[in-house]
Amino acid sequence: MTDERIKELELQANDIRISIIDMLEDAGSGHTAGPLGMADVFTAFYFEILKYDPKNPEWKERDRLILSNGHIVPVRYATMAHAGYFPLDELKTLRKFGSRLQGHPERERLPGLETTSGPLGSGLGQAAGMAFGLRMDAKKNRVYCFTSDGEHDAGNFWESAMFAAHHKLSNLTVVVDRNNIQINGFTENVMALGDLKGKWESFGWHVIEVDGHNIEAIIDAVHEAHAIQEKPTCIIAHTIPGKGIPEIENMYEWHGKPPSTEEEQRFLKELRTLRGKIEASHAE
Amino acid sequence: MVNKTLHLNSNLFNPEQLEQVATRDGFGKGLVETGEKNPDVVALCADLAESTRAQWFKEKFPDRYVELGVAEQNLATVASGFANYGKIPFIMSYAAFSPGRNWEQIRSTIALNNVPVKIIGAHAGVSVGPDGATHQALEDIATMRVLPNMTVVVPADSEEARKATLAIAENGKPSYLRLARAKTPVFTTQDTPFEIGQPHVVYQAENPKIGIIACGSLVYQSVLAAEALSKQGIEVSVMNLSTIKPMNEKAVLDFVKNLDHVVTAEEHQVACGMGSAVAEVLVKHSPKNMSFIGMQDRYGESGSPDELLEYFGFTKDGIVKHIKDHL
Repeated sequence: MTDERIKELELQANDIRISIIDMLEDAGSGHTAGPLGMADVFTAFYFEILKYDPKNPEWKERDRLILSNGHIVPVRYATMAHAGYFPLDELKTLRKFGSRLQGHPERERLPGLETTSGPLGSGLGQAAGMAFGLRMDAKKNRVYCFTSDGEHDAGNFWESAMFAAHHKLSNLTVVVDRNNIQINGFTENVMALGDLKGKWESFGWHVIEVDGHNIEAIIDAVHEAHAIQEKPTCIIAHTIPGKGIPEIENMYEWHGKPPSTEEEQRFLKELRTLRGKIEASHAE
Repeated sequence: MVNKTLHLNSNLFNPEQLEQVATRDGFGKGLVETGEKNPDVVALCADLAESTRAQWFKEKFPDRYVELGVAEQNLATVASGFANYGKIPFIMSYAAFSPGRNWEQIRSTIALNNVPVKIIGAHAGVSVGPDGATHQALEDIATMRVLPNMTVVVPADSEEARKATLAIAENGKPSYLRLARAKTPVFTTQDTPFEIGQPHVVYQAENPKIGIIACGSLVYQSVLAAEALSKQGIEVSVMNLSTIKPMNEKAVLDFVKNLDHVVTAEEHQVACGMGSAVAEVLVKHSPKNMSFIGMQDRYGESGSPDELLEYFGFTKDGIVKHIKDHL
């Protein structure tokens, strides 16, 4: 991948972060930390990895991206808008009455979401069901499931992890948003996940760990996952919640609240500065 | 009078002459039939293939059978994925566990998500017998009918269960089918009509003041009770309300039109079950004196199916007594 392309993608991720701050302030409620932390992963997927047609979201040959931790959906809405699914203006309707952009994603309201999600622990099973169905029909499309680390507390999640490995669903790839926070605090204090890589490996998965803000590394990890034929792959993406806005990075207090109007102005300024830094770093 | 248009078994009033088959067997047969008709039908089972009769499908279509292990929450979510992709998944377990344990997954990933998963709740009711209260689902009609988008069907015998299986496979909607473990008389025939949302008056008295609306095994027992009461000069009609959702309000209102008292009968908690669904219709359009045969806010227990059915009043004699008590 050329340096020019990497710069484009990093700038794209920054634009998505700007949209996230903008829409959350407008909405007056919602989650900030997770969406900012996953902006690079979403950018890598929608602008480099996934096969889809934004003008025909139900295209049969598309890859399926299942967002299991539905509460970070602002990053998906923002990315979809930037990818051409719907006008950027519509992002302002987030969480408002009559909007297609529900507080938690609803499949039937907005084409392209694939599933309705929010209640945690149930996305991986759905992704596994789709992957199984595709394999039954000898289809080559791939299924990706994005999930949070806090979501690993749920029993259903591990049932699904066991199921996908048992049935050798190698067309399924999980991306774990390993940002170490959940609502009540740091994951290791709320319910310790311990050796997360070891847990997945012992369940029979191929595991790759990446820096979730290194777009090239994310893309490489997905390519590696495609090469693993005998088991599903789990990519543990180490991310920084609130990434891009230093004053809120790594603060679990920002898991579930939006910026105020005053904070929005400050945060947008940070992100505009970051834009300059990205351009400068690639100019050297 | 028996409703002739329903082509019921001619030995209707000779129970010993009727074949005894469990509704789960009718389902098992229906699942194989629908599998033959439609290659998109797949079967998912949570480690209960033999007793839910998923085994019959597995033997015929091993490539379309998916094992889940003892994991009912995953059963629901994986099925949601299959249905979302374009398959028609049937999920098999005991009703106490599915939809018992996985209600939220059914709510969010099947009903709200609105994908056509077919939830098969086997071993519902006290007629499960010796396994006892843990395995006797008595709340499933309530927890399924409360969900928007969900179809809820409780077949009256194995033949109706077979037809209901074929019907829900093709309705394109999230659906719940309630089954029993115990063998019960097969009083309908291949020629008996079945359609989702279409109840039938199976026994029409001449000038009844009392009507029974029943589902599941209680339909046949109610017919026997009506016939016995008729011989004692008490006129009672009986409706088989096998589709509890969507509720056919018009058919129910037509049935109760000239009645003074409506009895509902189900092997389920009286709270929030089929009887409550009927009451919701009547109280809106045609308030009637009502009484409810069902579990009276308690759990079941171990025993033989016959002992339990008799003890809890789910037999012809129990229904006759209930009606006489309410005269």
